[in-house]
Amino acid sequence: MADSASAPIIRATGLTKRYGPHAVVQDVSFALHPGETLVLLGPSGCGKTTLLRLLNRLVEPDAGTVEINGQDVRRQQPEELRRGIGYVIQQVGLLPHYSVADNVAVVPRLLGHAPAAIEARTAALLRRLHLPPEQYAARFPHELSGGQQQRVGLARALAADPPIILLDEPFGALDPVTRTQIRRDFRELEELRDKTIVLVTHDVTEAFELADRIMLLDAGRVQQLGTPRELLFQSANDFVRRFFAAERLPLQLRTLTLADVQPFLPPGSQLRELPAKLPVHDALEQLTSGPKRPPSSAGVGALMHAFEQALQAEPV
Amino acid sequence: MKTLPELLTFWQTQAGKLGEQTLQHIGLTAAALLLAVVLGVPLGLWLTRRPRWAPVVLGLAGILQTVPSIALLGFLIPWLGIGPKPAILALLLYSLLPIIRNTVTGIQGVSPAVVEAARGLGFTDWQVQSQVELPLALPVLFAGIRTAAVIGVGVATLAAYVAAGGLGEFIFGGIALNNPVMILAGALPAAALALAFDAALAGLQRLDSRRLVGVGKVLLVLLPLLGGLYLLPRASSKLQAGFSPEFVGRADGLPGLRRAYGLRRLPSVVLAPALVYEAARNADVDVIDGYSTDGRIRAYGLQVLRDDKRVFPPYYAAPVVRPALLQAHPELRPVLAQLTGLLTDSAMTELNYRVDYLHQQPRAVAEAFLRQRGLWRDPRPKVPGAAVVRLGSKIFAEQYILVEMYAALIRGATDLSVETKTGLGGTTICFEALRSGTIDMYPEYTGTGLQVLLQPSPATLDSLNGQPAAVFDYVKQEFRRRYKLEWLPPLGFNNTYALLMRQRQARELGIGSLSELGQYLGR
Ligand SMILES: Nc1ncnc2c1ncn2[C@@H]1O[C@H](COP(=O)(O)OP(=O)(O)O)[C@@H](O)[C@H]1O
Ligand SMILES: [Mg+2]
Repeated sequence: MADSASAPIIRATGLTKRYGPHAVVQDVSFALHPGETLVLLGPSGCGKTTLLRLLNRLVEPDAGTVEINGQDVRRQQPEELRRGIGYVIQQVGLLPHYSVADNVAVVPRLLGHAPAAIEARTAALLRRLHLPPEQYAARFPHELSGGQQQRVGLARALAADPPIILLDEPFGALDPVTRTQIRRDFRELEELRDKTIVLVTHDVTEAFELADRIMLLDAGRVQQLGTPRELLFQSANDFVRRFFAAERLPLQLRTLTLADVQPFLPPGSQLRELPAKLPVHDALEQLTSGPKRPPSSAGVGALMHAFEQALQAEPV
Repeated sequence: MKTLPELLTFWQTQAGKLGEQTLQHIGLTAAALLLAVVLGVPLGLWLTRRPRWAPVVLGLAGILQTVPSIALLGFLIPWLGIGPKPAILALLLYSLLPIIRNTVTGIQGVSPAVVEAARGLGFTDWQVQSQVELPLALPVLFAGIRTAAVIGVGVATLAAYVAAGGLGEFIFGGIALNNPVMILAGALPAAALALAFDAALAGLQRLDSRRLVGVGKVLLVLLPLLGGLYLLPRASSKLQAGFSPEFVGRADGLPGLRRAYGLRRLPSVVLAPALVYEAARNADVDVIDGYSTDGRIRAYGLQVLRDDKRVFPPYYAAPVVRPALLQAHPELRPVLAQLTGLLTDSAMTELNYRVDYLHQQPRAVAEAFLRQRGLWRDPRPKVPGAAVVRLGSKIFAEQYILVEMYAALIRGATDLSVETKTGLGGTTICFEALRSGTIDMYPEYTGTGLQVLLQPSPATLDSLNGQPAAVFDYVKQEFRRRYKLEWLPPLGFNNTYALLMRQRQARELGIGSLSELGQYLGR
């Protein structure tokens, strides 16, 4: 979680990028603290990818600066900078003429790490990402499924253990089942625990599931930057409201936790035994499809009632 | 079908030459290919980074490729002389387009996502090119190398025209002598080479790009080695000769000379007739074949070596015509006869000098001569529907001048319309054109008629004994009998074959005649 006491690891100030006459990214500023996950959200074409690429100098800004650990990124060679930042794209972009192991080892090799260390690290990462090296290390990208390729892409970005990871729609091209699965793995991946992450998506649910903070963009401008709860309950403008309108209820169910509804629960409810941080959505899931208990309509009713009351208590 | 045994015999007797030419051919192609790869691939890489230049560079390379190869060689010779240099450069220029283009296409075909990812991971631009783009573009690049190789083997046959050797020596000798067996003797191995190059590179192309990287490295080592074949030591000697393809093969050319004068130790290269004199002037070679009335003899300070054993038959020039022409237009006979006996050796050499060296137009030279001799008459106005007289000429200045003279005389004295078909290549082409009625007349030489067209038995040759009048009578009679073609009386000069040397060198070595040349070489 965000540690606002520490100095920001990434600070963007007044970033602007134009292609021809119109600005694709306009005056974007934010600061990210170590370990924070920022999700860049917005409709297609709003400038998310461009903003992400401004951070590792794949795109140079027309105005504004990017600082990493307090240092302007322009003071470093772009290649040096990029070797210190993990990068994952939607199309994965594995090198087709490199084996899986060689793909994962790319950045450590560029950095001149010791071969033995590289090999150990590669094997460990592949195992962690459910790609047993005995079976997968020697394969070539075209011999993998889309989901497996995406995992290799992730392993490649993590190989040199960079403190910052940039991900551009990393789950975008996958079918819904694979996508949910990889997303879960992603959340649970220990390697990512204390990384600073900037992740691009246009999928609202995904954003709410993964973000500490969300930056909602439209036409290159920041519409709102805040926690999922802030965006949902304290929308800055009509665009933000409209953006979440279709998914409002499921988002609310994911955003409010048992802690939020607790004041409105009947005393002595079993729900009080569940962890306070559990989203209402997950609590409902447990009530309706839990393996041990039969569906408890009483519990569901009480939870929904409390949920409604909690919603009314939120400022809208 | 007796071609096959003849071909085998030819190869057998010329085995040494065949092997040497094949190695030269491979060497030339490989050397040019290597240079094309070394130049073309970096250029292609550069173009992928400066796409705005791509149309310019590819367009230029494309234009180069449309220049006929013989013309390209022609442009290079004044600058590079003759020998391997212009040949390799011409080959290189032809190979460049497919290699640059396929480098660009191959790299543009690499998935942008892969390049994006590589850059995002921290590859430098150079690393992206060398470790990602180039390896992935290799299959397409190899297709380009393959195209270039096949083009190269074909174009390398033209190397023979600039004394750079290769299988073209047989081919052009064969064409000049109208000898199909000799043409095949060079063309078949050249075709086989092209197929072999093609098949070998096609095999490589099927490998996946990972293995291709290794193969590419092997190739970069192999090509210089193959190119080195070309540099195998050649026999060294006191004097080096450069001969036109026709001279090397025909009975009264080099073979006849060798029989009469020895000349065993005179190594020769074959080169385009148009280049022989330049080669002598630039001291690329020392002894050449030529014609005794050639204007360049005077211009380049060359000297005719006396044919003291009279090996070369007399070559008196005379018009050969289709009798039908004279029957249909009897008024032509006196018109054509105006030139009879008018042109001496020195007069003809002077006219040739003006065209070959002073680069005056043959038509202007012809007109000036006719005016000087009081024969010029302004052309008559065109009569619609007038019959056409078609005049042919071989592809050198003297023939152009003669044809222009006849054309001017006919236009000034008759209502006939004249069409000139100049530059008909060699003797056989003119002769066949005349027989088939494509042309009505062309200037021929008695010696050529005798040796190339009639090819009499040695006994007959002996009986003629090189006597100009006897040869003319024999030729006239036999042409009438065999081909129903008419020789008109000779023009006066004797444009015989001759061996030429630079005047200064000949004097220094004390060589004035062919016998002296033979003695010098034999020493
Ligand atoms: N290299 C470029 N040249 C010109 N226009 C570009 C370039 N890259 C992106 N754009 C334009 O910028 C806008 C934002 O693109 P992008 O950042 O890829 O959006 P998103 O990732 O949010 O879909 C789009 O309209 C796109 O067409
Ligand atoms: Mg995008």
